[in-house]
Amino acid sequence: MFKWLHPYANPEVAYNFCGKLQPWLFRISVVFLTIGLVWALLYAPADYQQGDSFRIFYIHVPAAILAMGIYMAMAIAALSSLVWQLKLADASAAAMAPIGAVFTAIALITGAAWGKPMWGTWWIWDARLTSELILLFLYLGVIALHNAFEDKNLAGKAAGILSLVGVINLPIIHYSVEWWNTLHQGATVSKLGAPSMSASMYWPFLMCFLGFAFLIAAIVCLRFRTEVLARNGMRPWVKALAEQQTSCQSGQCNSAQENQ
Amino acid sequence: MQFNSFAEFLNMGGYAFYVWLSYGISTGLIVYLIWASFNRHSTVLQQIVQRQKREQRMRQAAAINMQKQGLTQPELNEEMIAAAVAKTTNNSSNENKEV
Repeated sequence: MFKWLHPYANPEVAYNFCGKLQPWLFRISVVFLTIGLVWALLYAPADYQQGDSFRIFYIHVPAAILAMGIYMAMAIAALSSLVWQLKLADASAAAMAPIGAVFTAIALITGAAWGKPMWGTWWIWDARLTSELILLFLYLGVIALHNAFEDKNLAGKAAGILSLVGVINLPIIHYSVEWWNTLHQGATVSKLGAPSMSASMYWPFLMCFLGFAFLIAAIVCLRFRTEVLARNGMRPWVKALAEQQTSCQSGQCNSAQENQ
Repeated sequence: MQFNSFAEFLNMGGYAFYVWLSYGISTGLIVYLIWASFNRHSTVLQQIVQRQKREQRMRQAAAINMQKQGLTQPELNEEMIAAAVAKTTNNSSNENKEV
């Protein structure tokens, strides 16, 4: 069943595969983000209660959903790294943590900038906001643990356990608007079944969401490749690749090829 | 099109500060993340090349030491150099073994 997956457990194959994927993911994300953001800023209707401040929604909600999605992906990678000792899973978990932290920060900051005109306050210690802040701290903890040890395997184990424990925060974030009385409104798009918003707002949201998702996938590819290189620095293929790439950067690409 | 003029678009129905603050900070953070990721990629590549060069220098130094001690037979030399290099870079032998 996993036979077709097996060759991708080789670091070199995975590195090259992600290298091929990466530029395409960047291109697709640029297309979706251009369509989505132009639509969101210029053509989507203003909310009948919130006016044009509603346009923050098109960044805030995709960032918040994807921040939780990245956390789940990172926790699954950490689990497979802990259980099956997959080195590449560990590298991908380390690659995802900073990206998740940035998108959590975006969700928090845009949420604050939306809360000020709508609720009259930048910040409130409300269940949804507090649990989202905890998500940011979990990400920062995972990043810190990944960088705390010289030995990457040990660092991966420590960070992996923290990310697994932190999974408990995800349902808390999702259901916080139902379990507690909060200022934050209930779920609109992440509900099961039909989203409770008009199509003229839902489509630009979907474009932005897909754009951010592809952008995240592209950055994960890039950072994953960096982690693979850092963890396999002694392998001949990495040495050859590093020599070739750095000589190309300093404009000696042609002479290097002539020498070969 | 929801706006009649560019000024109206910038004004965002009176919410200009909050809307543009959100879009500005988000763009800034994402651009920084992408830049930092590319930057780290090339830094790691450079570090690998530097480590490789250092290793080569150690190898050469080991060879010169061997010659000074009068061990000039070529067969013996190779083995001794390998042993000396393995001693000085204990990381390399470990990392080469793992799968």
